[in-house]
Amino acid sequence: MPNRTDLEALPDIPMDDDGPVFREPWEAQAFAMTLELHQQGRFSWPEWARYLHQEIDKAKQSGDPDLGDTYYQHWLAALENICVDKKITSGEALAERKEAWDRAARSTPHGEPIELDRAIRRGEFDK
Amino acid sequence: MSDRHEHAHLPDTVLRVKALESLLVEKGLVDPAALDTLIETYEHKVGPRNGSRVVARAWSDPDFKQRLLRNASAAIAELGFTGRQGEDMVVLENSEKVHNMVVCTLCSCYPWPVLGLPPVWYKSAPYRARAVIDPRGVLKEFGVELPETTEIRVWDSTAEVRYLVLPMRPRDSEGMDEEALAELVTRDSMIGTGLPLSPSQVPSSK
Repeated sequence: MPNRTDLEALPDIPMDDDGPVFREPWEAQAFAMTLELHQQGRFSWPEWARYLHQEIDKAKQSGDPDLGDTYYQHWLAALENICVDKKITSGEALAERKEAWDRAARSTPHGEPIELDRAIRRGEFDK
Repeated sequence: MSDRHEHAHLPDTVLRVKALESLLVEKGLVDPAALDTLIETYEHKVGPRNGSRVVARAWSDPDFKQRLLRNASAAIAELGFTGRQGEDMVVLENSEKVHNMVVCTLCSCYPWPVLGLPPVWYKSAPYRARAVIDPRGVLKEFGVELPETTEIRVWDSTAEVRYLVLPMRPRDSEGMDEEALAELVTRDSMIGTGLPLSPSQVPSSK
């Protein structure tokens, strides 16, 4: 787990006295994945901070008022970028997989767990 | 925006997170169990435990409780908590006669603005299936044994309705103020898989 100094090194991360706060579950998931990859040495913390900074700057330049509510959208975009740059995955793989989840969600009746079709996954995505 | 087809329609960011997560898990780069553990650490940080304040208010203010049972979304909004998609909240009151328990495996159906992140077990398919077939057995596993005379009702969240259980106020909590009462309200007691703490179970130092 990064310490407080690590977290404070990141641009304006939403925090309270006890640590980071999230608005929605997916934000916590994106946060947790980043920590996991960092802990495995896939990237350093300053490197991550740079990617995040870049995304936030880009968003500000294109008119994002940066009120904090879009913070994890930038976080997610930065995480996708760093994963692609580090060859952890590719932009195509991410797009295809997102599409597959969308299909899976749309074809799942309400109340059933959403699962990727195993056959589709093996056929289309496994290397 | 309501989804009339009753099929799940996940927001773009959720799909992207699921895409990345499933790819990383398949490559063995992240362990889903480790992610869950990490997320649990922050569980209480999502939509800070607003639900416990709603319950504590209902326990101490009978008028609020009536409003809450009549129109939960409006009553919860009085405390300043609102959902983002304007989904309807329904509050289910527990009594000696009826114990309510909520299930839904879709994280999008979980009332996280009041309850925070769903617990890991809540999302598991076996939990939902078993909760419907054998609610008493599931409750027992959570350490909750109810009298045979208490009817257990299981509620399945829908795309438009999210449930919050109003647990019974603990017997020995007379004279406690709202803030102290809120400390007794556990997340699980608001899903119906647990009971509120008794005052003796709360550590005296905050």
